[in-house]
Amino acid sequence: MPTVASFEVSYLQYLDENSQAVNDLPDFAKDTNLLTGLYKDMLFARTLDYRAMSLQRMGKMGTYPGTLGQEAVGVGSGSCLGDDDVLVPYYRGSNTMIQHGVKPHELLLYWGGDERGSDFKNPRVRQDFPIAVPIATQCLHAAGVATAMKARGQTGRAVLTEIGEGGTSEGEFYEALNVAGVWNLPLVCVINNNQWAISVPAEMQTACETFAQKGIAAGIESLQVDGNDVIAVKDAVGRAMEKARSGGGPTLIEAICYRLCDHTTADDASRYDDPEAREEAWAKEPLKRLGDYLVNLGAVTKKQLEEFEVEAKEAVEKEVEIYFDTILNNPQPVGAMFDYLYAELPEKTKAQREEVIARDLRAREGG
Amino acid sequence: MPTVTLIEAVTMAMDHEMSVDEDVVVLGEDVGRNGGVFRATDGLQEKHGEDRVIDTPLAEAMIAGLSVGMAAQGMKPIAELQFMGFMFPAFNQIVTGAARLRNRTRGRLSVPLVVRMPYGGGIHAPEHHSESTEALFAHIPGLKVVTPSSPARAYGLLLAAIRDPDPVIFLEPKRIYRMVKQEIEDDGEAYPLETCFIDREGDDVTLVSWGATMHETLLAADELADEGISCEVIDIATIAPLDMPTIFDSVEKTGRVVIVQEAAKTGGVGSEIAAEISEHRLMSLIAPIGRVAGYDAIMPLAKMERHYMPQVVRITDEVKKVMDYS
Ligand SMILES: Cc1ncc(C[n+]2csc(CCOP(=O)(O)OP(=O)(O)O)c2C)c(N)n1
Ligand SMILES: [Mg+2]
Repeated sequence: MPTVASFEVSYLQYLDENSQAVNDLPDFAKDTNLLTGLYKDMLFARTLDYRAMSLQRMGKMGTYPGTLGQEAVGVGSGSCLGDDDVLVPYYRGSNTMIQHGVKPHELLLYWGGDERGSDFKNPRVRQDFPIAVPIATQCLHAAGVATAMKARGQTGRAVLTEIGEGGTSEGEFYEALNVAGVWNLPLVCVINNNQWAISVPAEMQTACETFAQKGIAAGIESLQVDGNDVIAVKDAVGRAMEKARSGGGPTLIEAICYRLCDHTTADDASRYDDPEAREEAWAKEPLKRLGDYLVNLGAVTKKQLEEFEVEAKEAVEKEVEIYFDTILNNPQPVGAMFDYLYAELPEKTKAQREEVIARDLRAREGG
Repeated sequence: MPTVTLIEAVTMAMDHEMSVDEDVVVLGEDVGRNGGVFRATDGLQEKHGEDRVIDTPLAEAMIAGLSVGMAAQGMKPIAELQFMGFMFPAFNQIVTGAARLRNRTRGRLSVPLVVRMPYGGGIHAPEHHSESTEALFAHIPGLKVVTPSSPARAYGLLLAAIRDPDPVIFLEPKRIYRMVKQEIEDDGEAYPLETCFIDREGDDVTLVSWGATMHETLLAADELADEGISCEVIDIATIAPLDMPTIFDSVEKTGRVVIVQEAAKTGGVGSEIAAEISEHRLMSLIAPIGRVAGYDAIMPLAKMERHYMPQVVRITDEVKKVMDYS
């Protein structure tokens, strides 16, 4: 029988587990200042994460999905976003969002239970979507944004979306890839393969050897990258975005890492996680990977890495201050629950708006 | 007799039925090894095995659609959807598949399926984790919709739902998952579906509710009793099909009704109850029917959700309004 089609999935890595360069580095990675910047951004991500967790434990933050061990995926892909690109993130996309220009305190507001956290103030991200909690819905929104760009003949723009490996089992994920393939949409989808969908391990989601190959079935260029190697992530996503911007169509990128934290603060991974696998994963984690590389190269010193930590803590604290100042000194008025339902509130609903405001007033006066 | 919370009663009912009926299986996201994100299936996989407590890939349409096929073969799947807010991919399969198969095949195939899901607000959960959209299910002919308000009812009603020959949507009010404990005999005794429960007898006004807001409704009845207003309190428990005769009898006695629901007011289950009463017992009413409901707004995030939920004061205010009529 003749073979009518055959496929390959490639794996991209620049820095191996021992921080040794295993391939010729892409041009951007020869700029050690740029790499140091990526390191600092990943460090900020981790610092923000730990702080959000501690706020949650103190009852000052809602359920929070951490990104520990996944910093390179978010920072690496987010760093490829340009002014005219649109990001359609998922709930674990904090770092991608921050890279594009969402303010960290906006994320704290959102997870702290204040809708204003999704009203991104930075002009650069005004068209970005808010965090998608219903899994895989974001992939279709992203395909829609890409459809609009294509329909208007806007080259030079592209859409980035992201999803967990578990989420790729949802129909809407396949539907998005399919349409992106048929219509050659300017769309890049990054799969954060952190090995777990809450308690369900990746191998229970698919019989495929890779999640990347799901894109092949949609006729999309698809590849795997080392998700602990920020250079590999940035290189793959950067090239895919450039291809999309110039009319070359969609790409699916599976970034392999490990969720080193609980699923969220509401989860206890010790119920199902494999301590050995977790320990192995710690040896591969992205900050150490890049930090050691930069130190070995002589681009930074160990002492400098420590100073970066202090800087990151200070930067995070500033964001936390804005968060507290907003929720304590400038809480949303209760009527706000009605103010954004429609462009104009229906007559019928106005009475309810008045009721909730009056009740709030009465409750305050009463107590 | 074990003393259990509502969620433990849910586990107990599934465990009981899996022990006596090998056709019963549990499937869903994180239900196996993890025992469910709320622990509703805690220990079930250890006891009944991986073939009967199944961790599925992450896809709700798949969970519901598979369940329809399994049920058509005579299995009795209990599908868990992790939160009501994530049932929408499954909704297509529930409405076009589960609810209609018996009718489409003139009874040749049927779907003895239970779809469980936690619902409701008040636990400071993230976006999409707090809604109450029971009316969407109640609107679909072919589905039964049940929600317990106590551990004993969770146990008895879930057993009935599993044994029911038709698809039952079993809604679990997660705010009261661990609020109270009750002694329950694990004797496999089911409660009847399609029957309201009269939780308190009274003469002046009938309060009708279900699920988590039964808690506020009973608190309101306590407060009102102190003021000399005697409330009859009904937990409808089975939202569809509704046991209207029990409500009618009460309305004949009191002549006043206040319906309490957490869901948005417009098009809610309360609207249906009010319509039934005005169709069939208008002449028994001495006051307009009152409704206390969630506002017609999108469920706010945690910081503002308490303003959305029907608090006790809203119920007592509404009751006083209907008490002005005599
Ligand atoms: C449609 C839908 N179903 C279920 C959930 C509940 N849920 C939240 S996260 C999660 C696991 C997701 O795993 P994965 O896609 O691998 O992403 P990760 O959280 O690991 O980043 C589940 C089941 C949801 N948010 N949306
Ligand atoms: Mg995952």
